[in-house]
Amino acid sequence: MNLIKGRLFHILVPVVSVLLGLLIGGIIMLVSNYNPISAYAALIDGIFGNGYNLGETIRAASPLILSGLAVAFAFRTGLFNIGVEGQLLVGWLASVYVGIHFDLPKVIHLPFAILAGAAAGALWGVIPGFLKAKFKVHEVITTIMMNYIALYTTNGIIRAYMLAPGERTKDIKETASLASPWLQQLTEFSRLHYGIVVAILAALIMWFILWKTTTGYELRAVGFNQHASQYAGINVSKNIVLAMAISGAFAGAAGTMEGLGTYQYMTINNAFTGVGFDGIAVSLLGANGSVGIIIAALLFGGLKIGSLTMQSAAGVPTELVGIVIALIIFFVASSYLIRWLTNRFTKGGKI
Amino acid sequence: MDFFQILALIVPAAIVSAAPLILTALGGVLSERSGVVNIGLEGLMMFGAFIGAIFTHYGEQWGLGGGSPWMSFVVAIVAGALFAVPHAVASISLKADQVVSGVALNFLAAGLSIFLTKKLFGAGQTPDIQERIGKGDVPVLSKIPVIGDLLFSNAYSTSFVAVFLAFVVWYIIYKTPFGLRLRSVGEHPMAADTMGINVIKTRYISVIMGGAFAGLGGAIYVASIAGNFTGSTISGQGFMALAAMIFGKWHPLGAMGAALFFGLAQSLSITGEQIPLLKDIPDVYLLILPYVLTILALAGFVGRADAPKASGQPYEKGKR
Repeated sequence: MNLIKGRLFHILVPVVSVLLGLLIGGIIMLVSNYNPISAYAALIDGIFGNGYNLGETIRAASPLILSGLAVAFAFRTGLFNIGVEGQLLVGWLASVYVGIHFDLPKVIHLPFAILAGAAAGALWGVIPGFLKAKFKVHEVITTIMMNYIALYTTNGIIRAYMLAPGERTKDIKETASLASPWLQQLTEFSRLHYGIVVAILAALIMWFILWKTTTGYELRAVGFNQHASQYAGINVSKNIVLAMAISGAFAGAAGTMEGLGTYQYMTINNAFTGVGFDGIAVSLLGANGSVGIIIAALLFGGLKIGSLTMQSAAGVPTELVGIVIALIIFFVASSYLIRWLTNRFTKGGKI
Repeated sequence: MDFFQILALIVPAAIVSAAPLILTALGGVLSERSGVVNIGLEGLMMFGAFIGAIFTHYGEQWGLGGGSPWMSFVVAIVAGALFAVPHAVASISLKADQVVSGVALNFLAAGLSIFLTKKLFGAGQTPDIQERIGKGDVPVLSKIPVIGDLLFSNAYSTSFVAVFLAFVVWYIIYKTPFGLRLRSVGEHPMAADTMGINVIKTRYISVIMGGAFAGLGGAIYVASIAGNFTGSTISGQGFMALAAMIFGKWHPLGAMGAALFFGLAQSLSITGEQIPLLKDIPDVYLLILPYVLTILALAGFVGRADAPKASGQPYEKGKR
């Protein structure tokens, strides 16, 4: 009975939060003189309306799945990785570098480029992990700082060594590309690429590591209670560094989605892509589980792509979706309220 | 180019870019000293910048002339305070994860301010403001040799406001009963509660005051540096203020010093090309300098920085 209640509650919070977010988004539209019904109709049309929109939604969801996994994996070990954005950028750069500078058959080149991106992201994640394990420096602050270091450093490297006309690098070689003419044709020539396969594989990998290996058990134990884990003979420091490495690897892989899939090159970024920060929303809404993250990423990817149609067809600025996402995060994070209420009604219930 | 000319080039530029950082970092100090982590500084600053830009614009239309930016500062202070309320409610009353709530605040600020900009002006940016904060010489002080030229001539009045407020915040936090309560709920809320201090109320006041400061910081950024508001006006200044707060060890004057130093690094990356010695250094190094230094400070290489003990933890009465 209690188990069912727990399960139900875990699904209830995200669903209620999304509905509340959309509801308040609708109220904001009403207040600012837009028609929320036609706007949301346009939004839905922008997600499912035709093959192109659907393809774009899935394409936008692929990096979001990976960045969501990155945040969630660190979260399971009790770490908050806000540095996904930076890890994504170095992963993007590394994959594009491999994509441009190596001549290999596709079966080797493509995995090599993806792994290079993941490795770069892992390296970027290990630094805050090491500082946390060794000097007890809070990872939230270091990862934020590492984001900016990544932004300026990747820009600097592109400008100094890899610059092509148009403030970007050259295109990667065909053999390192995730692009798929077949998927593009299937979706009325959207930019859909094989990245979604990589993302779902990664979700499987996360599930496997966390729930089917000893390492995963240790990582989760550290996340629940560091002191108890230490007492039980688990090397807490090692697990913190490892968690940040794996988390960073997912983030780096998210970067390869952009580099090898959507764009086939890397631009000089004036600001962050936002994919990394969205990953926080995705993992939170997906309750840090593989399946939840895939669903949440598809939802947010859909909202982002659908908002384009919402703007063109109903005249509502795309930023409305940003507001809705912010509200959803607030509601999920404040689930204490719902939790508290349900506990009042369950005698002896514990949080 | 002699040494003094270099100083005359760098120092005023550093002070200008530091003023918004100082104020936002002070907002962070107020919030975090009371035990509420505020990653939302960036969002608060962004919302303040948006309010600053539109109300300076409206002030011009209402015929306020040179008073328009100052009127916008007042509105931005109120707006920043109000905008901090969701973060306060979520992280203090609803016991949400304070970092998550701060991230949500950043999302909300970015979405809401650009949404409203498009709604009000039909474009992704606000109109350029005409009445910027002017430069001017401070009477008497600008006549002091060397220092007068560096600090008090051709200076923005907002910079002095920022420095003055840093001392005000220092006075509040360290010399008033309220400041003692603020610090105590950030270090050990249960002990404070036992002594009859209202933990929840104190934290609410601190977070909301923090929002007011960050809002003012954003508005001053628009009125003195940016000149209008777009989606990219505030891109990272809030996080840099966060870094300044940490580098300044959660102390108002330390935060001010760190903000001035980061302002220096920022201005060096812009004016560096005119300075012989720095010309050859790629500006990447100057751009990443504040962030690298913050990490080093946290790791204990540049003087250890420790957060207030209870920061990040929601307070639950009766919990052990």
